[in-house]
Amino acid sequence: MSAPSSSSLSIRDLHASIGDKPILKGLTLDIPKGEVHAIMGKNGAGKSTLAKIMAGHPDYNVTSGDVLLDGESILGLEPDVRARLGLFLAFQYPMEIPGVTIANFIRAALQARLPEGEELEATDYYAKLYAKMDALSVPRNFTSRSVNEGFSGGEKKRCEILQMAMLEPSYAVLDETDSGLDIDALKIVSAGVNALRGPNIGMLIITHYQRLLDYIVPDKVHVMSEGRIIHSGDKDLALKLESLGYDWVEKEYGESSTKAA
Amino acid sequence: MSISTTFSAETGISSTPNNWPEWFRKDQYKAWELFQSLPQPKRNDEPWRFANLQAIDLSDFHAAVPVTDAALLVARSSAHSNLAAKLIFANEVLVHSDQKGLPAGVLLLPLEEAAKNHEELFRKSFMTSEVRLGSKKFAALHRALLRSGAFVYVPQGVVIEKPIEIWHWVQGENATIFPHTLIVLGEGASATVIDHFVSSREERSLAIAVNDLTLGTNAKLNYVAVQEWSDKTTAFHINTTEVEKEAVSTALQMNLGGAYIRGESNSHLLGEQSRSVMLSINPATGTREIDQRTFQDHFAPRATSDLLYHNALADSSRTIFAGLIKVEEHAHETDAYQKVRNLMLSDEAEANSMPGLEILADNVRCTHGATSGELNEDELFYMMARGIAPQRAAQLIVRGFFGTVLERLENEDLQEHLGSILDKKLNL
Repeated sequence: MSAPSSSSLSIRDLHASIGDKPILKGLTLDIPKGEVHAIMGKNGAGKSTLAKIMAGHPDYNVTSGDVLLDGESILGLEPDVRARLGLFLAFQYPMEIPGVTIANFIRAALQARLPEGEELEATDYYAKLYAKMDALSVPRNFTSRSVNEGFSGGEKKRCEILQMAMLEPSYAVLDETDSGLDIDALKIVSAGVNALRGPNIGMLIITHYQRLLDYIVPDKVHVMSEGRIIHSGDKDLALKLESLGYDWVEKEYGESSTKAA
Repeated sequence: MSISTTFSAETGISSTPNNWPEWFRKDQYKAWELFQSLPQPKRNDEPWRFANLQAIDLSDFHAAVPVTDAALLVARSSAHSNLAAKLIFANEVLVHSDQKGLPAGVLLLPLEEAAKNHEELFRKSFMTSEVRLGSKKFAALHRALLRSGAFVYVPQGVVIEKPIEIWHWVQGENATIFPHTLIVLGEGASATVIDHFVSSREERSLAIAVNDLTLGTNAKLNYVAVQEWSDKTTAFHINTTEVEKEAVSTALQMNLGGAYIRGESNSHLLGEQSRSVMLSINPATGTREIDQRTFQDHFAPRATSDLLYHNALADSSRTIFAGLIKVEEHAHETDAYQKVRNLMLSDEAEANSMPGLEILADNVRCTHGATSGELNEDELFYMMARGIAPQRAAQLIVRGFFGTVLERLENEDLQEHLGSILDKKLNL
């Protein structure tokens, strides 16, 4: 196990459960800033759970292990504190918040990052918001619509990426951002994500299908099964999984762990 | 109560000097007798079910005296920046009137002047309906003792784009005022009126407020009551709305203050295809009690009434909602909706909801329902995952909960204006 980099999002031997049911069983992963990693795996592998646990969802219990953000443990911190430290989760199912406009919602999120007593400058805020909306082909009149209310699947996902673009996190976890998208929406969302790639951000993309990775080409691909990473490789691994499925990885992992035992 | 000393039994006329015409002063005496003859509400009276009867014991209150610092109150009466007109009353005395922005023909007067100079118009619409929701006694007291109020008349075909703002201030410990707003819209007329109810200081006082909204054929009214009484105030807000053919009334009561608020709202759908939208926004905090009784009474076919009340209950606050939809004979093809939502923010808060229906016509569509729920944990987590602290997130959710009521106002300027008043109230 390599030492966690001080400039990475690092998950160390993480065990977690919901109620009595273990979901993560010793998951280790290191996402250095500047890289894009993808996690693939079958339904029920625990991928979305991992995302929620990193963000601090109260339903899950971390039983052992750690999650480090730039070398500092974030377990035990409230979800809003983690977010302000630079962690962003793009939700698989973004919540609808009736009566709260997108403009006010994002403004509240940015305001939360300012020191007490300091006010967000409204003109700059709207200029930036409109620029990011244009880039993501989000119509400008969306600013006055309630967050995610009555949005199509594609609109919700674009809105997640819009929030990410506005909040400029140092690490982002994208949970099934491709689900429910048609090919045009997928291209727009991917272009939005690619525009945010760079040396100052590390990304973890959780996906079911290789399709998304045609557009957002990852530096590394990991296979998750039964709460662990069982195999890692470069972008070609995704293609191999697409054509051969997951059984061969699981079989290989089964053999290696039997040997190790 | 000491208010009783103001009447002379021999003449039937109030001994306090006022400017009402004599016929009205005689009416006032009759109203005073009615007030005295009606019993105080009792525990087993249906319209007072669940109500806190201690809160409506009026024995400590006395008549308000004219304020000495009216200029200060005028300076504090500032909300909307682009108005057609503004009237300001302090302890029921008109202290300011600005009506430069009103189109010709519109009347904006103190009530007693309207009674004197526009008697027919006044008589036709001043407290003409029976008070049926429980506060008959208090409405009689209002009529007996009211000194002034606002009279708004918009003649046929006149459209006022900008809002008219009316302020009702109360000042003095245990002081009583009787605010009144009477709005008459002629055929095809249109107006927006914002009533502000404010305490000058954090004092205990009593307000018994009445508004009559009368809409002629095809008229359009937006009426908003922004109630910001002190947290020690007992207040009654008694409304009657009469809507003629194809007219649309949208009335919103925002209860942002007060210790005990009793609201009674009575909509009469008198003409075919008339419409009455009844809205209320109720942030209940501390030990505030908001007791609201409503009546959607359909007399004409193909009319619509649509009630939406949102209560957010924090601390040990209480709300009561009792609403009746009645579809009278011949009011066929009625659409009547009634929805009350309680957002429970505290285990100590208590919401009582009693929806009711009485249908005597055919082919009607009526829905009614009351729901109670707590803050949605998933919404909270989503907002926290964006860096918003939980307390702030809760405030935003509550603001959004009220925002969905504001969205019912078909006037973006008004939505924005009231939204900013709410933001201030909720510290956003």
